Parts: sequence; C-alpha cells; structure tokens
Amino acid sequence: MKFKTFAAFVAPSVLMMLIFIAVPLLLVFGESFYRTSPVMEVVEFESCTPGFGTQTCKTDTKISPALDAAGKVVLQTDFVGIENYADVVEPQKFWTDLKALDWAQLMDIDFWRALRFTLTFTFITLPLVLGLGLALALAVNNLTRSLRGPVIFITLLPFIITPVIGALSIRWLFVGEGILTRALEALSGTDIAMFAQSWTIELLMMFYRVWSSAPFAFVIFYAGLQGVNQDAVEAAMIDGASRWQRLRFVVIPYLMPLIVFVALIHLMDAYRVFDEVVGLRTQGHVISLQYLTYDFLMPDDAGNRSVSRAAASSMLTMIGIVILLIPMLRRTWADQKGRA
Amino acid sequence: MAVSRALRQPLSLRVTSAAFLTLWCLIAAFPIFWITVMSVKLPLDAFASSPWEVLFGPATLAAGKGLTLLDIAASLGLLWATAWVAMRHVPLWVARFTPPNVIALGWLVAAAVLGLGFVLMGFVILPPILIWINSALGLPAVLGLTTQHYRAVWVENAFWHNFLNSMKVTLGVTAISLTVGTLAGYALARSGSKLAFWILIIALVFRALPHSVLVTGYLPLFINSAVLLRPILGDAAPTLYGQPLAVIAVLVAINQPFTIWMLRSFFHNIPADLDEAARVDGCTHFQAFRWVIMPVMWPGVITTGLFSFLLGYNDYLVTSLLLDASNQTMVPAIAGFFNRETTMTDQVEAIAAAVSITAPLFLLVMVFQRQIVSGLTAGAVKG
Repeated sequence: MKFKTFAAFVAPSVLMMLIFIAVPLLLVFGESFYRTSPVMEVVEFESCTPGFGTQTCKTDTKISPALDAAGKVVLQTDFVGIENYADVVEPQKFWTDLKALDWAQLMDIDFWRALRFTLTFTFITLPLVLGLGLALALAVNNLTRSLRGPVIFITLLPFIITPVIGALSIRWLFVGEGILTRALEALSGTDIAMFAQSWTIELLMMFYRVWSSAPFAFVIFYAGLQGVNQDAVEAAMIDGASRWQRLRFVVIPYLMPLIVFVALIHLMDAYRVFDEVVGLRTQGHVISLQYLTYDFLMPDDAGNRSVSRAAASSMLTMIGIVILLIPMLRRTWADQKGRA
Repeated sequence: MAVSRALRQPLSLRVTSAAFLTLWCLIAAFPIFWITVMSVKLPLDAFASSPWEVLFGPATLAAGKGLTLLDIAASLGLLWATAWVAMRHVPLWVARFTPPNVIALGWLVAAAVLGLGFVLMGFVILPPILIWINSALGLPAVLGLTTQHYRAVWVENAFWHNFLNSMKVTLGVTAISLTVGTLAGYALARSGSKLAFWILIIALVFRALPHSVLVTGYLPLFINSAVLLRPILGDAAPTLYGQPLAVIAVLVAINQPFTIWMLRSFFHNIPADLDEAARVDGCTHFQAFRWVIMPVMWPGVITTGLFSFLLGYNDYLVTSLLLDASNQTMVPAIAGFFNRETTMTDQVEAIAAAVSITAPLFLLVMVFQRQIVSGLTAGAVKG
C-alpha cells in the first residue's frame, strides 16, 4: 500500500486521537504547572461606631478579590512549578508519617489512600478474573451444545450491564438490611454491616469487579478454545498426558496470547476503577485514583473546580499506569515487531 | 464435532463442571433478577425482611395490585416469545430483507422494532384484554406486582428525555467509531510499515489512559470554548460544554484505540488476495475496501460495534462532567434519583430507573449473542 493511500485511510482516526487524546494530554501536562486564582487586592475601608457626639471611626484594610468593570472576579494564571503536585502528594506529611511508620496518618492523605487502594484492587482482581474466566470457558466448552446458548447469555449479563448500575444493584442487595446482608447474618449469627468499615467495602468492590469482568475473559477464552488443535490434544494423550497435563501443556500455551491480552485489558480497566466508587457510594471510606481527579473536577460548594490540582493528580495517575504497563507493552512490541 | 471415546470425561468431572456453571449462573443473574423483582413491588414489600415477601409481595397484593395466574402465564409467554423471536427469527429476517451494504441499519431497525413491539404488547395491548378476561372469569390475583414506579420514572420524572439523549450519544458514538475505525483498521492491517506499527503502539498507550485525565483537559476548554473560538468562528462560536456532539466526539476518540485494534485483527483474517483480485480488476484501494472487503467484514463490524455501543451507553464519567442537566443521559441522571433517595418510594423508583437502563442492553445481548461469540471466534481472537 502506498504511503498516500495509507495516510488517507488512517487520517480521520489519527486526527481524532490527536485532537481528543494527545492535545488534551499536553494541555493537562502544561496546566499542572500553573494555577489560576482570583487577583487579590487590599481594600481600605472605614468603619464607624455610632456614638453620642463623637463618632469613633477607624480605617481598616481587608483582602478581597478584585473585580473588573463588569463586576466579575479578575483571574490571573501563575506559573507555580510543582506546587500543584505537592498539594496532591503532600510530601512533607508523607515523609514525617513514613519516618514515624504511622500507617493510619499516611492514609489520611487522599492521594496515598487512593493509590494504595487502586493498586491492591488491580492486583487482587487480576488473577481472579483470569482464573474464573478460564474455568468458565472450560466448563461451557464441556457442555452439550443445546445448553451453551442460554448459559453464555446469562454469563454475559454482568459484563454488559452498565457498571454504575451493576454496582448499584450489588449495593441494594447488601446495604442496610439488604437481602444478602440478612442471609449472611443468618448464616454467621453475627450482626453484619457491609458498608460500615472499609475492608468489607473493598471486598464488595472486588467482588463486583470480578463478577463483571470475568465474562469478558470468558468470551475471549471460549472463542480461543474453539481453535485448539484436537490432534495435538490427542497426541499428548497417546503420550500418556493426564487431563491436567493436557490442559497445562497443550491448551494453556495455545491460549497464552489471549491470556496476555485479557490481562493487559484488565490491568488498564481495573487501574481506572471509578464506577464502583460511584455505584457503591464508597467515597466516605474508599476512593480510587480516578475518583480523586473526578472529585477535584466536580464543582465544590462555591462552584469552583480545582482544575490545576486535577491536572496534577491525573498526570500522577497516568505515570502510574505507564509504569504498570511497561512489561506488557514490551511484550506486545516484540510480538508486533516479529510479525511485521 | 464428535468427541472421541478416549477424550470423553469421567462422570465426576462432568458433575463438578455442571455444578460450577449452575452456581455461576445463579451468581451472575441474581442481582439483576432481584432488582427487577424489587422494582415492581410497593416499598413495604421491596424492603421486606423475608425474601418470600419480596418475591410474592403480599402488601402490593393487598393494595389491589396483583397478577392472576392468567396474567403470569401471559407475561411469561410474552417474554418467551420475545426471546424466541430475538434469537431465532431476527437474524434470519435481517439477512433476508436488508441489502448487504446496509445490514447494520437492518439490525438497528430490527432491535428497535422488537423493543417497541415488546413494550406495546406488554403495556398497551395485553393489559386491557387481560383485565377484561380476568373480571369475566373472576380470577383472583395471586402475585403482587405494580408498574407504578416505572410510570413515575418515565412519565413524571421525564426519564424518556434522558433516554433520547442516551440514544443520541450512543448511536452517534457507534456510527462514527465504526466509520472512522474500519478505514483505519483496514489500512493498518494491510500495511506493514513502521508508521503503522507506531500508530498501533501509541493507540495501545492511549487505551490505558484514565478517562479523567482527558476530561481534565477538555473541561476548561469546553466551558470557555465560545471565547476561545471567537477569533476563528466569529459570533457563531459555540459553547461546547453541554453539547451532545462534543461528547460524541470525545467518546469516539476514547474508543478509537480499542476499535482499530479489534477491527485490524478482523481485517487480518480476510486474505489480502481478495483486495489484489479487485485491484487487478481495476478497483481503486477505496473501491476494493468498500465493495469487496466490507461485505465480508460484517461479523467484525457487528462485534466491534457492540463494544462501541456499550462504551457509549454505559459511560458515566465523561457524560456526567461534560453534559449539563438539559442534555443529561440516563446513567448520570440516575444519580439524581439516588441523591433524592430519602423516602422508600424514591428508592424503589431509583431501582426502577436502574432496571429501565438495563432492559435495552438485555435485548441487545439477546439479539447479538451469537454474533459476539462467532465473531470473536472468527476474528479478533486469532489476530
């Protein structure tokens, strides 16, 4: 294919990605070093106390936002270096807490709390999703043909349901005296409140994520299983391989590229965990990195959005995912290089 | 494919595997089933302490809202008929009645007609007939059920407005994603150049970006776009904040990396000989793509389109930050319901809204399930 034709075909897609992904990224990077704030000015004013005969008047000064002719607050944007980052990360408090080995204090800083949760969440759900997806694919592949359709349909439900709604429905089952909380209480004989402490909330969030992501892994693995070379499986059997060995040494190596693919997608998706925080409404106890940025962006009570801090926290979030993905990217890189 | 005798599995393994699947299906379906049940009960039943009361709804029944055995049979029949038509007949009809180059449109129309038909039958045609038969035969109601929360959500709270907004955004995202994505995917699959390789790797990195990072970039621009664009566009400069079109563009861009990777692997599986044959016959590259390759690409386009649909329909983060209240889509709008969740009735209404959002997806999977699995088997998974 000539370069010109190639360029014409790719242009719309590349252009969209440039305008809506690359440019905003650069802007956010720039933004994270600046801060826009109202211009403050010192206003002198006289206050008099009413009195008989002699009024006592004194002149005071106060600092208030400057207004322009139209009565709007005048804004100015200053270069503040890494101050926005410092606001998010709070390095001083971080070091003192770290030196004092004070975990609870350390977790008081939103950023570190969010980072701790996001990483735990990502790495605990990853093997569970892969394992459950593979187990489901193998089990459905064993099923008689007529039953496969309905089972696949039910299996896909958690995957297609809107994440916020899925998380909400799990919340409704557990919140307060929800039906499953009551079932758990009956089973354990103790009083259970799933939304009162963070570890149960985190457990629910991970449960939700595995519930909703495993079907995706399942569809991919199931599709992959359709292509397993039956001759290779039989050859392995004639050589005396047990069922487990056939799975371990024939089927899984065949599925390996798909396992890497699903792991890659899951890493990306789990790292930006957000919908669970909204759906399960856990922000009081547990927040994620992406929620932190979202929280900065939402207007506060006075209607201000702290865009600069959001920029800093989103740059940090991005650096995190790039570090996580480097090993995966290198593998894909080698794969694609080998093919090209 | 017949399984050879030697590969047949011992009974214990089959039982374990069947038990595992049964358990999984229960876990997968239960939350959705349960909120559906809750949404058709009066609050007293929906939050009752015994699961049986939630299921059968004695308080709802006592309030005079219930189904007779005939009603239950009719609704089950309707559900079954819808599922039957969706899975067996719709694919055939679409294949028969739509010309191959507008087949995606055919699917859309079919899904919309099916959904509309279900709503019409279930809520407009059947109820009066059933009421008439029930009173004629004097059948007693046995199962508490009310649709009042759905009416409150859709009619009183104008949820249909949000539904239309959702449809606008979702269909826009799907259509533009696929148009732009197939072009790029095709070129990337057919070109082995360094540039193609780099585009793919960079797209992969873009796929990983948390969406909040991007929204942080758009938000100040979109809010001030009227001022920023004035030098170029004059007074016609729009404020992009709150515009569905702007959100569509953003979601398409966010979706592009996944779309081009997926479509590229589908195109990989179509032999390049096919384009060469067309080229020898005098087609340009674009003609070969449009008239020779695209007609055999539909499984890939449908599978990828479904993922785009899900992304547009399910998005919360982008739509909640970039759209104002008048253009709000369904998913962020439900936040309005649960923020007001003070009385029990409000809670059940929130649940009814949640079920309403899920229903179209349910229908979608029913229709497309075979295409997803066979599409993935045929294409994406091998690339």
